[in-house]
Amino acid sequence: MSPDSGPFHPDLDRQKSLWARIWEHRALYAAISPFYILFAVFGLFPIAFSLYLAFHKWDGIGVMTYNGLNNFKYMLTDAEFWQAVGNTFMIWIYSTIPMLFFALIIAFLLHAPFVKFRTLFRVGYFLPNVTSIVAVAIIFGALFANNYGFLNYLLQSIGLPVVEWLNAPWGIKVAISSMVVWRWTGYNAIIYLAGLQSIPQTLYEAAKIDGASAVQSFFRITIPMLRPVILFTVITSTIGGMQLFTEPQVLVGNDGGSGAAGMTIVLYLYRESFINNYFGYGAAVGWGMFLIIALFSIVNWKLVQGKSS
Amino acid sequence: MASKHLKSLVLYTGLIGGMLISMFPFYWLIVMSTRTTSDIYKFPPQLWFGGELWNNITRVLQQIDFWGAFLNTLFVSGVVTILVLFFDSLAGFAFAKFEFPGKKWLFVLLLATMMVPSQLSLVPSFVLMAAFGWVGSFKALIIPGMVNAFGIFWIRQYATESIPNDLLDAGRIDGCNFFRLYWNVALPILRPAFAFLGAFTFIGVWNDYLWPLIVLTDARKYTLQIALSQLNGLYNTDYAMVIAGTLLAVLPLIIMFLFISRQFISDIAAGAVKD
Repeated sequence: MSPDSGPFHPDLDRQKSLWARIWEHRALYAAISPFYILFAVFGLFPIAFSLYLAFHKWDGIGVMTYNGLNNFKYMLTDAEFWQAVGNTFMIWIYSTIPMLFFALIIAFLLHAPFVKFRTLFRVGYFLPNVTSIVAVAIIFGALFANNYGFLNYLLQSIGLPVVEWLNAPWGIKVAISSMVVWRWTGYNAIIYLAGLQSIPQTLYEAAKIDGASAVQSFFRITIPMLRPVILFTVITSTIGGMQLFTEPQVLVGNDGGSGAAGMTIVLYLYRESFINNYFGYGAAVGWGMFLIIALFSIVNWKLVQGKSS
Repeated sequence: MASKHLKSLVLYTGLIGGMLISMFPFYWLIVMSTRTTSDIYKFPPQLWFGGELWNNITRVLQQIDFWGAFLNTLFVSGVVTILVLFFDSLAGFAFAKFEFPGKKWLFVLLLATMMVPSQLSLVPSFVLMAAFGWVGSFKALIIPGMVNAFGIFWIRQYATESIPNDLLDAGRIDGCNFFRLYWNVALPILRPAFAFLGAFTFIGVWNDYLWPLIVLTDARKYTLQIALSQLNGLYNTDYAMVIAGTLLAVLPLIIMFLFISRQFISDIAAGAVKD
């Protein structure tokens, strides 16, 4: 008797009934079941419940009352929600473009054949990624401080006027974006470097024999071969950027700072749900966010993938 | 020859310049930790280390239960990591090396769950925790996180390549059941994969903020990140202390990371480029 006939005895398997086969493999189902049980309880049920909640009015303690589409209707006209959406997009643009640009440059430099201390550089660039966002937000709060911040000191020492970073609407967004850039550039550079290293050297040699210039082989070989990796980084930074929470919450607080310039979608969701106790509306905002992320990811995916196919 | 020198000059200038920017916030954190609050508020700023580090750290330890929060974080991260390694490797091994009815569909379902953003179910998850009576308890942090799709997927990829079928067949002939094969054959071979998944999980749980912020209501149960954010919010007047607390909170993970960094970074890179 072998209770777990592996992939090597398929003929024996086929003669038995489905239930007999399932029973026979019970140990395997037991091995994978924790994930599905946990997902059902802590993933599927909350999602179904949040859909239910989105159609109700509830403060978390009193009675839940049916509210129809009112939460969603309110969301569509809620200026604060749309400001949060706009802020999130602005911060995403401010952070993703420089982040991926610098990451590509660092990856190209690290990829040069004669560069030494590659491991040291990789560790140095990756270190910010391990640092907790709470700590990053506190450090950057000091760097961007209006009166004593290091950044204003730099500006002043090269003869520029100081900026009230944490009061100006764009300044708050730049401060939040720079945390994202600092924390994730190294990570993306490592990913790009791995992508560069996986391009077969023979492709470049063949191109050279055919008389291709360095610029030609960059645009004809490097960029196309790197596209799946770039796609990966764009999608992950889109999803990450849409879910920004800790950076603004620690830097400027639950209300998003002056003029709510740092209010992101998830911060808004958090405030409406857990500070103001509008649980039903919070659930609706969650679904709004989900739709936005899904749409935006698809658009991004099409844009990056469709470029030269 | 000259062009090669020029090239490497540009190269190293770029790399070192970028690295300095990358390291500067850490330097600044340490400088501020060694200064008094009035030093920090000076303009132009003090660029070099002062002698107040020990004073600042002493005040952190007085104001918040730093060691308590540290042990809470260590406990939660450690337990979650061990459970994730066990459950993910068990499932990953089953998916990698065995056939069973419905395997394909179950695996597709597993991958699909990775697309669901967790914030969507933030409110109901909290309601569920309240219904279970887990609000304010570590159970709320540990149990929902003790097995995950990413780890199962990752272990499956690793196990498929690294565990020889012959070895499993030999085990079967000797009468090993699935769990014996897992324990005696798969576990030793999967150990290198455990290093990455373990570190990845540990770092993630250690740095988690939003979910602990919602479910941890009792100050004695605070994790480091929550304690740190409280310190930042409540003791703004003693800024040097807040900064020293930040340094204390950042240090353990950085030291751990430096020990495992080489392998960890290669594994992250390999995971993203595969497929």
